[in-house]
Amino acid sequence: MSKRVVLEASHAVAEAVKMADVDVVAAYPITPQTHIPERLAEMVADGELDAAYIPVESEHSAMSCVLGSAAVGARSFTTTAAQGLELMHEAVYIASSHRYPIVMAICNRALSAPISIWCDHSDAMSCRDVGWISVFCQNNQEAFDMTAWAFRVGEDPEVMFPVMVNLDGFTLSHVTEPLLLPEQKDIDRYIPRYNYRLALNPDNPTSHGGFGLPDVYTEVKYAQEVALRNSMPVLEKGWKEFGDIFGRSYKAIETYKAEGAETLIVTMGSLGETAKMVVDSMREKGVAVGHLNIRLWRPFPFDAFREAVKGIKSLAVLDRAISFGGPGGPVASELKAALYDCSDRPRVMSFVGGLGGREVDTPVFEYMVNRTIEVTASGSDLLFEPLEVRGLAQGSGVRG
Amino acid sequence: MAMKGYKLPNEVPWNDIELGAIVTEPGSASFKRTGDWRTEHPVVDKESCIKCGMCWLHCPDAAITPLDDGYFEPDLYHCKGCGICAAICPKHCITMEQEVEQ
Repeated sequence: MSKRVVLEASHAVAEAVKMADVDVVAAYPITPQTHIPERLAEMVADGELDAAYIPVESEHSAMSCVLGSAAVGARSFTTTAAQGLELMHEAVYIASSHRYPIVMAICNRALSAPISIWCDHSDAMSCRDVGWISVFCQNNQEAFDMTAWAFRVGEDPEVMFPVMVNLDGFTLSHVTEPLLLPEQKDIDRYIPRYNYRLALNPDNPTSHGGFGLPDVYTEVKYAQEVALRNSMPVLEKGWKEFGDIFGRSYKAIETYKAEGAETLIVTMGSLGETAKMVVDSMREKGVAVGHLNIRLWRPFPFDAFREAVKGIKSLAVLDRAISFGGPGGPVASELKAALYDCSDRPRVMSFVGGLGGREVDTPVFEYMVNRTIEVTASGSDLLFEPLEVRGLAQGSGVRG
Repeated sequence: MAMKGYKLPNEVPWNDIELGAIVTEPGSASFKRTGDWRTEHPVVDKESCIKCGMCWLHCPDAAITPLDDGYFEPDLYHCKGCGICAAICPKHCITMEQEVEQ
């Protein structure tokens, strides 16, 4: 029996971390993530959570601490956003290379400069290639569910990778909405205790962080790449089991009203909720549009994505980050690469918007859909089209 | 070198590498020959050596071995030829000699 409660996503994440019975939390507060470490510190201080809470002096230390605690086999959690993620960056790469199943919640926030505390995905995109499992949430319920899932799948012996749970800063982290909190016994069943076979232990010594000469580094990285890709069936199984126990099922790629659709709006994160409202209203007007949510960003679900867009004419992709000087929005360019070898592929229209907390309201999505339909018929030589730029005429943008 | 049953990392195929490239053989770094990185090697003149052990203390790679008779001997399997032992020796009894191709 789940309890219906009202929580902001930050506190939903903290509840999930507590129910996962985490051993070590090391975190440095940064807007808009502050409420997560604050709530966890409170839980430890009040004796609700039996864990070591390490109030570190920086995000680099936060990640370094959980590297150490994960190395001894302790269930470890950290959380950050934007500049904090950038500061911890080099240690982030080590977590995946050592195959430590650390869980990190990122309250997505724009990178400086100019200083912005508001949401976009530039922080997540800076960590695109760090080798973590990366998942995005659309609402507060998902923030809880994905955090629980992250512990379940990350620690699976067939996976053993760190997991970053992305939730949009403010839009989710600070917004209060109802969600279902499961019972502890069901979470215990879902996330079993794990035993780290290679834990640092004087009785059975291991060395972590060894030197990799050119004669071995290539093999180590190839093994890591294969392992991350091979984790896919367990990630899916983790969602299926979640559905069996808690009644909410998730998939790497999720579609909404895709049946009969010619155009799909593609989003990652909380804007999926707005996109679905637009799909509803445009469908009523007879526009053949649906929505595609990318839940799993890494490892990228190539097969599921190609299957989901079969027969679709065009994709209106919204990126909340710019790949400066690159091939368009990072998500759109990824989707283009995924489709390149498919003979019957949809046209991918790359839009960049929602930067640094800029609202993306329903008219913007309607524009995206109409523009994508128009461009699919008439063609366009734009790499991407920025949305809502003052002084820039609609329909113009960046050429390659 | 004691290497019974131990495979050097460069002998292991990619799919046999331990999770996270974590090393499960204690002290396995000693199996790796680093002596071939050298351009010079130390030569000890036992006549003037006073067995003070300064070379042994200062060697950054633990590549000076104390012997039963109290003298110290460079371990050329590991010695990278940095010359710290020669520089620190108070009796100047260690000289660095050029490596040559046979």
